[in-house]
Amino acid sequence: MREDILQIIQNNSKIEVKDLALMLNDNEDNIADEITKMEKEKIICGYHTLINWDRTNNEKVTALIEVRVTPQRGEGFDRIAERIYRFKEVTAVYLMSGGFDLTVIIEGSTMKEVALFVGQTLAPLESVLSTGTHFVLKKYKDYGIILDDEKKDERMVVTP
Amino acid sequence: MMKNKLSERASIIPPSGIRKFFDIVTEMKDAISLGVGEPDFDTPWRIREEGIYSLEKGKTFYTSNSGLLELREAICDYQRRRFSLDYDYKTECLVTVGGSEGIDLALRALINPGDDVLIAEPCFVSYQPCAYLAGANVISIPLKAENEFRITAKEIEAAITPKSKVLMISFPTNPTGAVMKEEHLKAIVEVIIKHDLIVISDEIYAELSYGFEHVSIASFPGMRERTIIINGFSKAYAMTGWRMGYVLGPEEAVGLMTKIHQYAIMSAPTTSQYAALEAAKNCDDDVEMMRRAYNQRRRLMVEGFRKMGLDCFEPEGAFYVFPSIQKTGLTSEEFATQLLFDQKVAVVPGTAFGECGEGFIRCSYAYSVEELKIALERIGLFVEKMIKK
Repeated sequence: MREDILQIIQNNSKIEVKDLALMLNDNEDNIADEITKMEKEKIICGYHTLINWDRTNNEKVTALIEVRVTPQRGEGFDRIAERIYRFKEVTAVYLMSGGFDLTVIIEGSTMKEVALFVGQTLAPLESVLSTGTHFVLKKYKDYGIILDDEKKDERMVVTP
Repeated sequence: MMKNKLSERASIIPPSGIRKFFDIVTEMKDAISLGVGEPDFDTPWRIREEGIYSLEKGKTFYTSNSGLLELREAICDYQRRRFSLDYDYKTECLVTVGGSEGIDLALRALINPGDDVLIAEPCFVSYQPCAYLAGANVISIPLKAENEFRITAKEIEAAITPKSKVLMISFPTNPTGAVMKEEHLKAIVEVIIKHDLIVISDEIYAELSYGFEHVSIASFPGMRERTIIINGFSKAYAMTGWRMGYVLGPEEAVGLMTKIHQYAIMSAPTTSQYAALEAAKNCDDDVEMMRRAYNQRRRLMVEGFRKMGLDCFEPEGAFYVFPSIQKTGLTSEEFATQLLFDQKVAVVPGTAFGECGEGFIRCSYAYSVEELKIALERIGLFVEKMIKK
């Protein structure tokens, strides 16, 4: 049942427990219990809203930074990753295979702000060997959602 | 002048009950519709991509009359993998323009003037007219809500005439969502063989069976040689507009259907065939994703209607619920029309699928959960008002 709940709320976390119960053929209390348990177990880590900031008056700049680091004895990459992800400007950090070690996603309100953060805060960190900054120019699709999709129901209203 | 020169046989066929309703609905602005008989999902992108690629590569010519050999092979592999059916892709499979062409071909290949065709109803709108155009007499077998719209051996036995040749069934059923599981099919095999009937089994909704695996009537001993299976890509892969169907059956029958198809159609659209090839080979998990979504909405719908106090048996296939609206005291057509004007929700009167659909409405759940909830709420208000009256 957990997998079914997760599959549905991954795309629609606003769905009501009573509808989930109907859709999954279980009672409301069980579903609510299961969700609470998954929250405690950190399987469900949060409920976010996907916002297309380009459609607002807020300036938002997203950058993807390729970071090469020196792993530390006994700690591997975890210690340095933590020193990076603790910054509030950093929205995501992934350990990568291939030509660099960490992908760091940074959000700021201007390019300058992001560049300053990388140049003055991230790059000078001990163990950081190099950084490569790529600014996002346009987001087409995020978290499985096509952002500018103005889809209409093209089907005829009544068909056999 | 032209009018009295037109075919009597074609003219006498009543216009589709759906068509009539369609005209009313389209004039209605901002109505919510539960009237659609096709998936709400887009065709999975990898299938569309394959269609586009075939165009880029200039695959714009006729294919063989029967359809691309590799597509037929993929179809037969798929049928073996999913439903344990064994058909020879070279001689026992024909690619058609939608399942609809398959229905027409099967009837034209089987019927001699005056043969009787037994049709289990309520059913898809084309069975009766196609049978009639092929020269058959139509004998309806009205299926009953108390049997969850399954067909029984008794009902077949009672309808049989000396001229009965063909039995047309479709499970899962459009419009009722009824299914025939293995034990139910087993119970009708004997009477079919006893009366030497040929079965046209429309299995277009086979993939949309919930909580059990679809079984084809052709898989029972003695049935393969007397069954023509109609299937296609429209419902399972959300490919209605591509018009991709196919028939499977004994070589002699498929051969004759191929002959008619060759003169009437030539070959099914080439772009669609390349897209369908990708679907049959690589899209089992897309089908699974859609089936899962329909199944969840299905429960929402059944519960929604039951809460209104209407009888609604639990459909285990397709994407329709078929609640009884008898408690409102309205006929199906009155209900559908008044609901449309009162609450701006379009449903299809059960009578569009045969006279025995009177007292029922067909509601599709090929819509998002949000849309379904709004529609159910509005129908609920209407039903409450009608029952109070």
